[in-house]
Amino acid sequence: MERFRMILQYLQSNSESVTNGVYGLLALASVKLYSCFDFSCPCVPRYNEAYGLGVLLVPPAALLLCGLLLTRQPAAALHEWRRPRGRRAKDPAVIRYMCSSVLQRAMIAPVVWIIITLLDGKCFICAFSGSVDPEKFAGFANITPAQAQQLLAKVPCKDDELVRNNMSRKAVSRYLRCWSQALGWSILLILIIAAFLARWLRPCFSPAALLQTRYWSNYIDIEQKIFEETCCEHSRHFAHQCILHFFESMRKEIQLHSFNLHREEKEAEGEESLLRGITDQNQVNKLLQTWYYEKPPLDVSQVTQR
Amino acid sequence: MDKFRMIFQFLQSNQESFMNGICGIMALASAQMYSAFDFSCPCLPRYNLAYGLGVLLVPPLILFLLGFVMNNNVSVLAEEWSRPRGRRGKDPAMLRYMFCSMAQRALVAPAVWVSVTLLDGKCVLCAFCTALPVEALGNGSRPGLSDRELRRILARIPCRELYEGQELIAGDVAVRYLRCISQALGWCFVLLVTLLAFLVRSLRPCFAQAAFLRSKYWSHYSDMERRLFD
Repeated sequence: MERFRMILQYLQSNSESVTNGVYGLLALASVKLYSCFDFSCPCVPRYNEAYGLGVLLVPPAALLLCGLLLTRQPAAALHEWRRPRGRRAKDPAVIRYMCSSVLQRAMIAPVVWIIITLLDGKCFICAFSGSVDPEKFAGFANITPAQAQQLLAKVPCKDDELVRNNMSRKAVSRYLRCWSQALGWSILLILIIAAFLARWLRPCFSPAALLQTRYWSNYIDIEQKIFEETCCEHSRHFAHQCILHFFESMRKEIQLHSFNLHREEKEAEGEESLLRGITDQNQVNKLLQTWYYEKPPLDVSQVTQR
Repeated sequence: MDKFRMIFQFLQSNQESFMNGICGIMALASAQMYSAFDFSCPCLPRYNLAYGLGVLLVPPLILFLLGFVMNNNVSVLAEEWSRPRGRRGKDPAMLRYMFCSMAQRALVAPAVWVSVTLLDGKCVLCAFCTALPVEALGNGSRPGLSDRELRRILARIPCRELYEGQELIAGDVAVRYLRCISQALGWCFVLLVTLLAFLVRSLRPCFAQAAFLRSKYWSHYSDMERRLFD
């Protein structure tokens, strides 16, 4: 029980680790999605580029939007940006920090997709097989340009009858895959170096301002969360009070209509007081009917008189 | 008793994460259902279109309705909508908010089914194999065929072992072409849905955030009141 309470408190207090966990899961989902996706190049001259580049760029865009939807921070940053000034000034540095930290984390899953796609190579081969110079490869050299285009477009499809026995098909494929993997590794290296430099060099420039912006962005996030929780608690108490007032007003009405004066003296003793004056079937039915047909007003400032 | 109260408080305070969890489970169930479903194209000219479009559109409708059925707040909404006015006014903005949030959650599983179906490609292959551009993709032979005969041959493309039109258009070429179109549609659909969801979520703070907070509070209040009364 103690463990459960501790985990609950940890999750509720440390929204940053929850957010990081969500983005990590999204990156893993991106890898799984790529391995489940059945890449199937059309091997038709104009369609190849569209398909290859589409698979390289459209899923990352969708993953980025997914990342921005799944957590609360992007909405909190946008809310802070768009709210009226009111009695609290807005700090542009805090808003910038919130937006940039949100975008950095949301970019992880799309970048993972792009890098896996490039390292695998199928997309690149499909998109750019038509752009290769046919003169460099013996099997495509001494034919008309139109025929060369047709044959090059079929290179990604290993089992196609036109290129099945073409000795240069593998050469083109390996050439393009080499470029694709080089691009993939370069992008990965550049990103890691950029992240490393950003992380290490940032505290060198105005560390105090950085601490302040980090504190206030965390504050805004937690304040919004606690406000929502307090509203939930408040609505619960409000509903409770409203229902108690309703029962009280029904009890008074029943007392007004009842001519049995002895009951008045005997009630409010022990368990009978829990029944709040509603003690028989007809009274319960009347109470339930009134509850539906005449909902009580949303006002618990005084005991409601009927 | 203390344990029960704590769990109760957690679920009540985290009603949203509970509903999001149900939503996520239904989405996974939808993907699992598709992989368990044994798609079997009839390979007959008029039946292909009906079967393909049926598999693409009927299960999402069922999943959408199921999403509403599994949401506890449907009865709260229905009750709030149909009750007499009594001594408490009715707020149409609150009813709209409740309906929209339920509809958004119910749309996740159907969207997953449609995406998975389009990305897999079998449905579109089955539905549109008779509409292939034979002049552009074909091998140019067997010219004297009537339309009906041509459609009959093309309808068999999804059934590899029955297909006899290799001279007309290679089976592999046709499958690759239709699958490419299907996957392109699938990714565009995924992008469109996420973009729409993102716009709905992010444009709200720009317009009527105060009204939104009000509707959210009172819809939560209705839900609490009903539960406490019960």
